[in-house]
Amino acid sequence: MAEPNRKAFSDTLLALAEANPDILALTSDSRGSASLNQFASALPRQLIEAGIAEQNIVGMAAGLAKSGKVPFVCSPAAFLSMRSIEQIKVDCAYSGANVKLIGISGGVSYGALGATHHSLQDLAVMRSIPGLTVVVPSDNQQTAELTSQIAYMEGPVYMRLGRQAVPSVHGPHMPSQLGRGLMLQDGQDLTLIGAGEVMPGVLEAAHMLEDGLGAAVRVVEIHTIKPLDEEIIMAAAETRAVVVVEEHSVHGGLGSACASVLSQFCPVPVCILGIPDEPPVTGSQSEIFRHYGLDAEGIHSRIAAFWQQLQRQRRRG
Amino acid sequence: MDDRKPPNSQRAASKTAHTSDSLRLRAKARQIRLDILDMIYTAKGGHIGGAFSSADILTALFYAVMRFSPETLATGEGDRFVLSKGHACEGYYAILADRGFFPRTELASFLQYKSRLMGHPHPKIPGVEVATGSLGHGLSVAVGMALAAKLDGRRERVFCLAGDGELAEGSIWEAASAASHYRLGNLTCIIDRNGLQISGPTEEIMDPEPIEQRFAAFGWHTTDVDGHCFEELTAALHRTHGEQPALVTAHTVKGRGVSFMENQAGWHHRLPTVEEYHQAKAELKGHPC
Ligand SMILES: [Mg+2]
Repeated sequence: MAEPNRKAFSDTLLALAEANPDILALTSDSRGSASLNQFASALPRQLIEAGIAEQNIVGMAAGLAKSGKVPFVCSPAAFLSMRSIEQIKVDCAYSGANVKLIGISGGVSYGALGATHHSLQDLAVMRSIPGLTVVVPSDNQQTAELTSQIAYMEGPVYMRLGRQAVPSVHGPHMPSQLGRGLMLQDGQDLTLIGAGEVMPGVLEAAHMLEDGLGAAVRVVEIHTIKPLDEEIIMAAAETRAVVVVEEHSVHGGLGSACASVLSQFCPVPVCILGIPDEPPVTGSQSEIFRHYGLDAEGIHSRIAAFWQQLQRQRRRG
Repeated sequence: MDDRKPPNSQRAASKTAHTSDSLRLRAKARQIRLDILDMIYTAKGGHIGGAFSSADILTALFYAVMRFSPETLATGEGDRFVLSKGHACEGYYAILADRGFFPRTELASFLQYKSRLMGHPHPKIPGVEVATGSLGHGLSVAVGMALAAKLDGRRERVFCLAGDGELAEGSIWEAASAASHYRLGNLTCIIDRNGLQISGPTEEIMDPEPIEQRFAAFGWHTTDVDGHCFEELTAALHRTHGEQPALVTAHTVKGRGVSFMENQAGWHHRLPTVEEYHQAKAELKGHPC
């Protein structure tokens, strides 16, 4: 197990900020959760504490960005994506302000704290805002790579990060590029698409499916939810079905994004595995994943059922 | 930041200069009100009441107080402005055109199909840095600008014009806290205190008073002025107060300049009929100010 992605993020941000004094970290009493204590000691002049005021922190970040700064607003995803959504829409996206919004403790990272602290609608909301880039990295390497890339690109970005330590998904031979999906393995029968911290489970489920069903499974990672790599998603129509796995409500997230592309341009059965439309169960992130079938076993058994259903339909058809 | 404050001994001596400057500013404000009337009458839309109440404040800022021109904006050498009450954009657009940010003829396109002069400011309009119109946002953005200037040690000042109705927005008070917390003496917020909002008197809708005590309690220096008196406006707006952010309550009359629009909540965004248009134009042209 490597480190949490927030740590990979803060290490990268510190290195970037040491080289560029215009890079600022803004926190809403959240420097600890964002792993920014080291940043605060190393570059105290580049850490702006904004207190528990999510509307103001985002508006302020827009003003800083309009003055040549590159502000990284590091605030819990649950609050950043909801409390300050209008500032994100108007002050950042509509105004074209170069603000980087880092939603920390994203998804069900704060599982046991209840739905107030979950961000399971953030991708749905963020991807509907014109001009906003939306990023969900899976492992430390990808977090570091995408953090650098969003720092150097011009324009507002929302990046969701989790809280727990995560295993590695990519070797150094597989760098991530903003806006480009990654094919982690190729296969012709079934495509699994995922983003973020479900990816280790998705990969393991793919191996289980290959062993159990003898299916050749393609695994695609979409770390950039917007702009969406439509090409790699449409290519999934070569396979007989697509399953999208996400740490998000089944409504409006990556599953909806993929279904929208596929149903318009190359219809293929799509199954979306996410958090159902209900207040989620209490527990750790891994317990919640297990509860909703978003861990390897759960993904495997739900896909096996989906696959058998498809086979039956195929025989009938 | 205090270096442009006129020393007290010189204030009396500069009174004459102020007066002749006031004549220049009055002429400007009259032209801006005429532009506002034409824009709204042609477009058949807009917010005339707030545009008229804020016209003198904007005139003082853009023609007497701020260092602001296409050049200063490009080089980052000037002062900054955020119109938090974005609906009062007509006067802002007329001033930007007059200051050479875009052709004056473009004012006729206000609210028209595909025009960039839409009903609230946004950065596609030359001279506008940030989109506003959803109330309560502008002060936070201005705080960010002022903080950036302070971090970089630039002697830039940041001005934000807010309405009195939008003081009910919670984000205004988040921004007010931050401004004094960061000791942003380079930030000035002006309240267009016209006493009215779309549904009626502010006191009846959501009483913002005591405005100055509220801001003072948040650590701001507060002053109040007659928002239609250029001498009071420019004196208050020129002044900074060490590291304290400044609040200037500008007492204004909604619809100021046209007798039948003054102090009428209905003229927040009512449209003049052809008769009203001509009467308003005549009054503005002959307005003694
Ligand atoms: Mg008002």
